[in-house]
Amino acid sequence: MHLLTISQPNGKDLRTLCLRYDCNLLQIWAKRAGNGGDFTVIELEDVAYSYGGAELFAQLNLSLAPGSFHFLTGPSGAGKTTLLKLCYGELLATAGQVRLFGEDARSLERDGVAMMRRRIGVVHQDCQFLDHLPVAENIALPLKVAGREAEADGNLDDLLSWVGLKSQAGQTPPQLSGGERQRAALARAVIMSPDVIIADEPTGNVDWEMSQRLLTLLIELNKMGKTVLIATHDLNLIRTAKNQVSARVLRLTDRKLQLAGAEL
Amino acid sequence: MTLSAARVIAFVMGDPKADRAVPPTGFTARLTVFTAAAMAFLAVFALALSMATGRLADRWSEELARTSTLRISAPADQAAAQVQAAINVLETTPGVAAARALTADEQRSLLEPWFGPDLPIESLPIPQLIEIIEEGGGYDSAGLRARLLAEVPGAVLDDHTRWREPLVTAAGRLRSLGWFAILLIGAATAAMITLAAQSALAANAQVIRVMRLVGAEDAYIARAFVRRFTSRAFLGALGGTFLGMIAVALLPNGNDVGGFLTDVGFRGLGWIWPLCLPPLAAIVAFFATRAAALRTLKEQS
Repeated sequence: MHLLTISQPNGKDLRTLCLRYDCNLLQIWAKRAGNGGDFTVIELEDVAYSYGGAELFAQLNLSLAPGSFHFLTGPSGAGKTTLLKLCYGELLATAGQVRLFGEDARSLERDGVAMMRRRIGVVHQDCQFLDHLPVAENIALPLKVAGREAEADGNLDDLLSWVGLKSQAGQTPPQLSGGERQRAALARAVIMSPDVIIADEPTGNVDWEMSQRLLTLLIELNKMGKTVLIATHDLNLIRTAKNQVSARVLRLTDRKLQLAGAEL
Repeated sequence: MTLSAARVIAFVMGDPKADRAVPPTGFTARLTVFTAAAMAFLAVFALALSMATGRLADRWSEELARTSTLRISAPADQAAAQVQAAINVLETTPGVAAARALTADEQRSLLEPWFGPDLPIESLPIPQLIEIIEEGGGYDSAGLRARLLAEVPGAVLDDHTRWREPLVTAAGRLRSLGWFAILLIGAATAAMITLAAQSALAANAQVIRVMRLVGAEDAYIARAFVRRFTSRAFLGALGGTFLGMIAVALLPNGNDVGGFLTDVGFRGLGWIWPLCLPPLAAIVAFFATRAAALRTLKEQS
């Protein structure tokens, strides 16, 4: 397992953390085997979405296999964020079918969507937090709402170290820089050990060095078996990932989703 | 503990730290505390009024229902004979425990408020009054009137029904009004806390977005607000009740001259009743906030 070769950006061995969090990888492989390799975590079939009558995209198909790594690119206004929102149940398609872990998103009750969110970690470009709570509590929030707060005791410190925010744990989000907020959002997105991590322009507000660090974190998560989908218009970021991970690049343009070139 | 009981307790208690998700300060916090305090203060007075009118109605019913008066108007030379005849009739009437003629001093004291002291009552043609004390289910007033008409022509029986019933009815209605006022206060409290909760939910849209993003169910988000508003309502009502009880305790004590107005307050174990108001306010806040939160969350989705 490549898990054992992963190391933290600051050089600290991540094996303990990985083993703690990696409760899904074997399950995913088991599901894959049980489904003859056809299992997909997120699947969009002939999906269309309209805003106020204007169609943003149509006949869109997408399958995210477990453990896959995808970049989503496209011009501003093409609908990248909307597509991501469809992928984590924030929006419902106006036509077609979205299946999240095999379940039709349209058939999910409100609480069902909440349960689904616990399996999909989301990082927004404009990371939103509970500004009156310390960073540590914000990161542990998903565990808290899931009634698994006790799990934070052992893992939170490791996770804070992993994203390089241990010394900022007691600060409130408004006291963090843009890059620190992005890393805090990433930590919050992964603390539940979700099957999928969706990031919308995670490097949009940070400098090049910080964007590399965030990318490294996402690649490490992918190596732990997490499915990763990143929306970005930063081609340099995609090129940098080329040598580190097997990723596919999807391009959303002219209301269609296309595979952009060969696998990176 | 059965599963259902555990679920009920979990529903009420929820996550003890859930309300940390809601920012602790803000206008709605002060509004809720003030509303609960003011309403509890008013409710203490409504309760005191209701209990005082209840006591008044009970006293009037009890005292007046057990007594009646016989008035003998007769020439001076026949008065004593008619009084004796009336007493003889009364002593043989079922339901009459005792009957006695009022003394001159007692009659003088009854007239004193109007004519002042030293009224020469002996020289005035004032009717003789006979006080009748009833027992058991009381006497048959129609039958007694018929007997008196035959044997004591100058006797007029006043069983107090004429003025007792309206007074008792009025006191009963005042008591009902007091309880109705408490209900209105409760409803107004619920309405104001609902508005405050909706305002808080609107003001904390980002909190709700974040909570949803991390997989919080509606019930969890609602509980965060419910716990906050319930505790605020309880603390506000506790303060209002405390102040209301002090104010009631400082009211002048009841006496014969002041009558009803100075009798407003609590007596003995009655002081326990206002202590029920803070928990009641918390219960009202709990359900009002929960309903408002769940409705708002549904509308926001």
